[in-house]
Amino acid sequence: MSGRRIAPRQAQALAQGLGWFSIGLGLAELLAPHRVARATGLQGHERLVASYGVREIATGIGLLTSRDPAPWLWGRVGGDALDLGTLAAGLRPANRGRERSGVALLAVLGVAALDLACVLSLRPSRPRLPMPLAEYRRRSGLPRPPGAMRGAASDFVVPEDYRTPEPLRPWGGKAA
Amino acid sequence: MRALRWHGKQDIRCDNVPDPKIEHPRDAIIKVTSCAICGSDLHLYDGFMPGMENGDIMGHETMGIVEEVGSEVSNLKKGDRVVIPFTIFCGECDQCRRGNFSVCERSNRNKSLADKVFGHTTAGLFGYTHLTGGYPGGQAEYLRVPFADRTHIKVPLGIPDETLLFLSDIFPTGWQAAVQCDIQPDDTVAIWGCGPVGQFAIRSALLLGAKHVIAIDRVPERLAMAEAGGATVIDFSKESVVERLNELTRGKGPEKCIDCVGLEAHATATIDSMYDRAKQAVMLETDRPHVLREMMYVCRPAGTLSIPGVYGGLLDKVPFGMAMNKGLTFRMGQTHVNRWSDDLLRRIEQGQIDPSFVITHKVGLEEGPGMYKTFRDKLDGCIKVVLTP
Repeated sequence: MSGRRIAPRQAQALAQGLGWFSIGLGLAELLAPHRVARATGLQGHERLVASYGVREIATGIGLLTSRDPAPWLWGRVGGDALDLGTLAAGLRPANRGRERSGVALLAVLGVAALDLACVLSLRPSRPRLPMPLAEYRRRSGLPRPPGAMRGAASDFVVPEDYRTPEPLRPWGGKAA
Repeated sequence: MRALRWHGKQDIRCDNVPDPKIEHPRDAIIKVTSCAICGSDLHLYDGFMPGMENGDIMGHETMGIVEEVGSEVSNLKKGDRVVIPFTIFCGECDQCRRGNFSVCERSNRNKSLADKVFGHTTAGLFGYTHLTGGYPGGQAEYLRVPFADRTHIKVPLGIPDETLLFLSDIFPTGWQAAVQCDIQPDDTVAIWGCGPVGQFAIRSALLLGAKHVIAIDRVPERLAMAEAGGATVIDFSKESVVERLNELTRGKGPEKCIDCVGLEAHATATIDSMYDRAKQAVMLETDRPHVLREMMYVCRPAGTLSIPGVYGGLLDKVPFGMAMNKGLTFRMGQTHVNRWSDDLLRRIEQGQIDPSFVITHKVGLEEGPGMYKTFRDKLDGCIKVVLTP
């Protein structure tokens, strides 16, 4: 991929679009596997097509409901690879529908490129801190090193209703 | 005036709205000088808490100057400097008389709704859903304070806002979390979540004398700040929390565990969190209680779990049998801010702690909507955002 990324807001919108696309395609595969198999030159593999439909629907729901769509987009990329492998098997000379498999393979390649472009655009930019990590390490809020502040508020009396129940206190300790 | 208003999931806007007015003789109006975005505001931002309505004003960490008081408010006058606790309380009901201000019986003006949902009402809260009264919040230029004769912490001049503002919520919340543990000198206290409340819980546990404080998170700057407060840190993205805690406690587990994470535990870090996220997506569960499960598992038998982290509704696969058999004590609840605030103000004045250490971002009110996302996504090293109207 080139260094050029889709703008984050567009990438988020694209991820949502891909989610709906997943659900649409998944429903078609699940509800009409014979038609989809015929259209892609995969006759005889209707059960496989229907199982791919379940995968597409699950991925689509994940994309539409998660705050971070990236893991689901990677799931789509993996699914694309599976689809490509299946369609490539359909290109064998013995398959009478190999032309349709070829067209479907090109279409999946296009969608895979879109999935990949989208997920790469959603990669977080290198984290930028407003101050060096060492500065956070200096932010104790305490006037002296923590070890010296241990127990500095021991004058505080824990109210009776906040005290550990007597039966749970150390045997022979304070309860004694 | 300008105010940050909720318009739906992940949609906060800086709008112009009418100024608040005195509606009851016990009201006061304050001119806000500083306010903050709280981690629990993010639950509203992400749409996890029911009961928000379009146009609700956000915010419950607020301080300012008294502008006007109602006829029955005799202990405040124009010009007084006050921090406003996030819990609204009457000071007179049975619960308030016991110091249980966050479950005040009279301040929730939607009591009948809360009675239905919770069994019995809890206190009214600023800017935190109509279940807790639907009161406009303090991320605004002005705030109406109901029961203002009790719902305030008067603070002196000469100490910066940044040092005092967190008396409104996160400092007493971290403090109460530690107090709930009734810390003993030999105790190991494990704290999940190093956000702002976690940072204050770490320091509170240290000041109250815990032998060993252990903090768990995965964000480097939050872990660095936890170390600064004297905690041994565990990065859960790099090591097993359970194994490391057992290692640090000679296989016995920590006596006290504090959950400063609440309902939005990281969704993809563990298998059970992913399970929770999937159930949330299909509305079969409202919260992701990974931290609760882990605390119940790793806590030493007869230990205490303290839960300041906010939970919203229904939790699944919580191993309660394990908790029962181990004899764990659970302490939880919204913070009774004013029960602790005088003592904490004294500690600030004496220099025992300066709460401003937690602030990483300070911006104008109009930049607030963008800061919600920055804070939520832990971008730009963000730990705590202060807004100045």
